[in-house]
Amino acid sequence: MNAAFSWGRFVAVLVKEFIQMRRDRLTFAMMVGIPLIQLVLFGFAINTDPKHLPAAVVVADHSPFSRSLLAALANSGYFRLVRTLDGEGKADALLAKGEVQFVIHVPEGFARRLVRGERPSLLVEADASDPAATGNAIAALGSLAQTVLTRDLAGSLQHLQPGAAPFEVRIHRRYNPEGITQYNIVPGLMGVILTMTMIMMTALAMTRERERGTMEALLATPVRPLEVMIGKIVPYILVGYIQVALIVSVAHFLFGVPMQGSLGLLLACVLVFMLANLSVGMLFSTIAKNQMQAMQMTFFFFLPSMLLSGFMFPFRGMPDWAQRLGELLPLTHFLRIVRGIMLKGNGPAEVLPHLGPLLAFMLAVILLGLKRYRRTLD
Amino acid sequence: MSAFSLAIDVTGLCKHFNGKPVVCDLSLQVRRGEIFGFLGPNGSGKTTSIRMLCGLLTPDAGSGTCLGFDLRRQAQEIKREVGYMTQRFSLYEDLSIRENLDFIARMYGLADRHAAVERTLLKLGLHQRSGQLAGQLSGGWKQRLALAACTLHEPRLLLLDEPTAGVDPRARRAFWDEIHGLAAAGVTVLVSTHYMDEAERCHRIAYLSHGRVVVAGTPEDVVAASGLTTWMVEGHDLARLMQELKGLPGVEQVVPFGTALHVSGSDAARLNASLAPFRSREGLRWIETGPSLEDVFVKLSAGTEDEA
Repeated sequence: MNAAFSWGRFVAVLVKEFIQMRRDRLTFAMMVGIPLIQLVLFGFAINTDPKHLPAAVVVADHSPFSRSLLAALANSGYFRLVRTLDGEGKADALLAKGEVQFVIHVPEGFARRLVRGERPSLLVEADASDPAATGNAIAALGSLAQTVLTRDLAGSLQHLQPGAAPFEVRIHRRYNPEGITQYNIVPGLMGVILTMTMIMMTALAMTRERERGTMEALLATPVRPLEVMIGKIVPYILVGYIQVALIVSVAHFLFGVPMQGSLGLLLACVLVFMLANLSVGMLFSTIAKNQMQAMQMTFFFFLPSMLLSGFMFPFRGMPDWAQRLGELLPLTHFLRIVRGIMLKGNGPAEVLPHLGPLLAFMLAVILLGLKRYRRTLD
Repeated sequence: MSAFSLAIDVTGLCKHFNGKPVVCDLSLQVRRGEIFGFLGPNGSGKTTSIRMLCGLLTPDAGSGTCLGFDLRRQAQEIKREVGYMTQRFSLYEDLSIRENLDFIARMYGLADRHAAVERTLLKLGLHQRSGQLAGQLSGGWKQRLALAACTLHEPRLLLLDEPTAGVDPRARRAFWDEIHGLAAAGVTVLVSTHYMDEAERCHRIAYLSHGRVVVAGTPEDVVAASGLTTWMVEGHDLARLMQELKGLPGVEQVVPFGTALHVSGSDAARLNASLAPFRSREGLRWIETGPSLEDVFVKLSAGTEDEA
């Protein structure tokens, strides 16, 4: 009767949690609604390859060359020529006000000097205050210069054609050849959404007991810490899988994100990831004195998870110490797993090295949580 | 008295919170089948003592047994045999009455869970409303449900922490009838309360102040040990009389009780001397009564109103 783990008491906690979850309709609706809203909103909104950026042109030299040049800029997809200016004066103001991202200057005598082989320069001013917003457009400019005038430099101007480079660079964009942001963001959102709901829900569920005074009665019964913990965790695993099912469906049907690897392997990895986050929620609940504190702790954990895991910004762009910090976070490893399975078709062999840190994290946090769980009220 | 006949036998229990002593050197012997009253002002350590007895708090010092189980090493065994009713309603408000009882029944691993829950619902007269959420019940019903929940597993010891606070007199009477019924069936009951009429319904009482037991015994013992002499005076213009009596040598308390005043003091001779001039006053009727339990507690708690 006094076994270290009683199946009956575990079931009691489990049943109670399910009933309470069912009664709290708003929370349940949010657990299903939030992932959908976030997914659709962020999935459509976030774009790391901005195109059609507003640009102004100052043309001091009208010629077939400048016309081809401007047409090529527009055709690249990165530039939208919104203003044609006569003088230099206004260009600065437009950049300063943020009305345009680029100002392209075609200097006086551009065509004449080009024909003479004097290699005239074309000035492009960019508002580089947000490097991510201009980076790709600027990169596109470089290759533009190589090819834009191929057709115009015919006949007697043939000698001005840029010579072929001594070697050729061939770029093979694998796993996401078209560079579609959603392929990266949508699987990542699965990790972000799970992190947030799993930690918050468990942290709140436990502190709620303390706040409402039901913890005192619970502790006065023969129930053991492990029974309470597992009984409270299992219902949220189910909620997590509902979220995963929603996200995977939306990823497939709405965003057309490929599923190169095995869905079964992904679902198995999701379980480990959820458990890691649930144990964090449990740990928080043993520290927090009320639901407000539990909420604050959740966000304290959630923000670095978003920013340092490689979800928002490239992981390898961070300095070493930040990468090491990021390696501690479960989301970092889960992102590699989920992107690996969905986009690269990773199998168990590639996934396993990332599963290890997740398991280690989970074990450490559970041990800490069990140690901190108050069997008494002291 | 053999150890076997004691349900609670503890000595020297101490508990500090943040360096502040809350319970000091608590020694308590409660016999089986006895109703033991815990009295004392707010913050005198009643709740902390009860929590130590049921294993919710670990004492800083002291030792003892509860139902023969060691307080420190056998908390798990104690929890199985003890029913604890918290001061604050601690059932799940978002669970129905039946679901709450069912949860408790599962917690204690009752063999025939459904029968136990049904029996309790019938006994409470809540069978028709068993699907109602516990949070929607009135104060009196919450209290009855809480008692039913903590007796569901047929504990041998009941710890009740101010169970009747905020409950109307009729419900309180019914509650105490039930407590006496349980005690008659052999259950030991330790109950904390603020109400004097409830203290008088206990077999024995202990008065706590600043975490220490000041006096313990049967209500009669406690009254006798107080050494108080009390006069009851009836008549007109008692309000003025009260002002006149206060502060006289030997007069320690002047307390209005309905249409009478209770005038008490520990030194009978000085009290009588001070009262002598008033004894002959027109329209006053003086009777020397023994002190009531309330007189004794007013004396004990003098100057200790705020202990929290």
